[in-house]
Amino acid sequence: MIKRWLTYIGALAIAVWILLPIAYTTLASFAEIRDYYARVIPRSYTLRYYEEYFRLGVLDALVRSVQVGLITVALSFIFGLPAGYAIGRWAFKGRDTLRMAVIFFRVFPVAVMAVPLAVTYISLGLYDTLLGIALAHTAIALPFVILITSSIFISIPKDLEEAGHVFGMSGLHVFLRITLPLAAPGLAAAAMFTFLISWNEVVAATILSYVNRTLPAMVLSPYVIGTGGELPDPYKFAAATIMILPALLFMAYVRRYLITMWGAAGVR
Amino acid sequence: MSFLRRAAPYLLVLPSLVYALVFTGYPLAYVLGMAFSGRNPAILEVIFSPRLGEAALFTAVIVASVIPAQLALAIFASLFFLQNFRGRDLVLYIFVIPLAVSEVAAALLWYTMLSSSGFLNKALMRIGLISRPIYFFGYQFRDRTLLAIVLTEIWRATAIVFVIIYAGLQMINREYLEAADVFGMSFWQKLRYVILPLLKPSIQTALVIRTLFALQIVGPIFVLGGEYIRVLATEVVYWYSMRLNPAVASAWAVLVGAVTLALGGLYIKLLSPKGVMQ
Repeated sequence: MIKRWLTYIGALAIAVWILLPIAYTTLASFAEIRDYYARVIPRSYTLRYYEEYFRLGVLDALVRSVQVGLITVALSFIFGLPAGYAIGRWAFKGRDTLRMAVIFFRVFPVAVMAVPLAVTYISLGLYDTLLGIALAHTAIALPFVILITSSIFISIPKDLEEAGHVFGMSGLHVFLRITLPLAAPGLAAAAMFTFLISWNEVVAATILSYVNRTLPAMVLSPYVIGTGGELPDPYKFAAATIMILPALLFMAYVRRYLITMWGAAGVR
Repeated sequence: MSFLRRAAPYLLVLPSLVYALVFTGYPLAYVLGMAFSGRNPAILEVIFSPRLGEAALFTAVIVASVIPAQLALAIFASLFFLQNFRGRDLVLYIFVIPLAVSEVAAALLWYTMLSSSGFLNKALMRIGLISRPIYFFGYQFRDRTLLAIVLTEIWRATAIVFVIIYAGLQMINREYLEAADVFGMSFWQKLRYVILPLLKPSIQTALVIRTLFALQIVGPIFVLGGEYIRVLATEVVYWYSMRLNPAVASAWAVLVGAVTLALGGLYIKLLSPKGVMQ
């Protein structure tokens, strides 16, 4: 009986620890700032700070973040999905070395990657473009996509594919009509997480852009520039709330796959 | 056809391999070139700069306090979620939400909690435990700022460690745990002699990945540390974006790479490489 109660107290503590900062910041982002300073739970609320902050360019940054995220998902799936399928499906010579190499790429510091890319981008005309940032984000997300998709393909029974072959379907046909539909929910989860990797990434986005900043890079820029540029409190709350929203939505969908997908891959 | 069949996996892997090599190999060569070339190489400038000692110290303090705390919390949380109770799936979902939250957003959340007009201070003053706010930010409170950064990282990134450990724990045969109960082992004995040894591969993976990523934390340092706390990774961003000096930024990047490589190598040497492969 006591143990039961302790379990529920533990569960409650975990929920409060995670949710309180999110809930309170969201609440604060809608609060009249004077009221926020005066009370623990503010009483008067407004959308004013969101409107102001959007007008200051945050709405554009948000749109850019979505665009960069979508390009990143497309590119990293075009490059990563075939590799994930090969590693998940076939035993071939060098597969383990390859998996090791993928893990190595996974821990390659973004800071090392970003500065040379910036210099190269300037000469290629890619600096401060959405494609430029998305190319870097693809490099960051690619190992993740390969590891995750390979573990998704492993979990699909080979018998079904073989049945397709028995009925005379071509290799591509089998992939498109049998493997892909079975993998689709998992792949959707992987795509959402790839989007989130890009949506959350800030180092490459900061170094590779100047005017066309993505949302996190724009939020961070006053801090990077340092003195005198600190973000006013209401904007901080609004920024955090906007950035976390897609995370909450996606996690609700992805949660079924989390443990199986990530246990193997160990993602950021 | 049979040749094509045998070549197929390599052909499928090739594009991504080329992509990854271009985006890691080329930058690596470039930063090394930038850092070491010239009559007055940037790497020397960095090594003899007064900022290095501080950045290295703060990096070490953050990594060394975040990682053990996360590991311990993740192991206890994994054991906790092994129990069955009502609402378990919901609490599990809540616990892993930070997996999807960015560094910058997490830092802003904890700023909201800890600032002088934040939740913690207002709540404590309201119930009368303190009469003036506790300051966490600012030059004279750098120790507390470090604490805030560590807290943010524990909040945000424990979930990753947890997911790896929890996946490992689920692969352990329950009969081992039941056997331990039959032999009348206490909770701590079970943890020490049964669970931890069986979890070793997962712990290794989690350690390697978390440590190497902890070296790259930038958002919370800038947001919470302001100009007062700098680590190796933030120096790269600072010297490129603020000081517009790609050579010095490259030299700092070389240091980040070198520490990453050294720590990664150390882990692989100390722990069995088999565990890292999983």
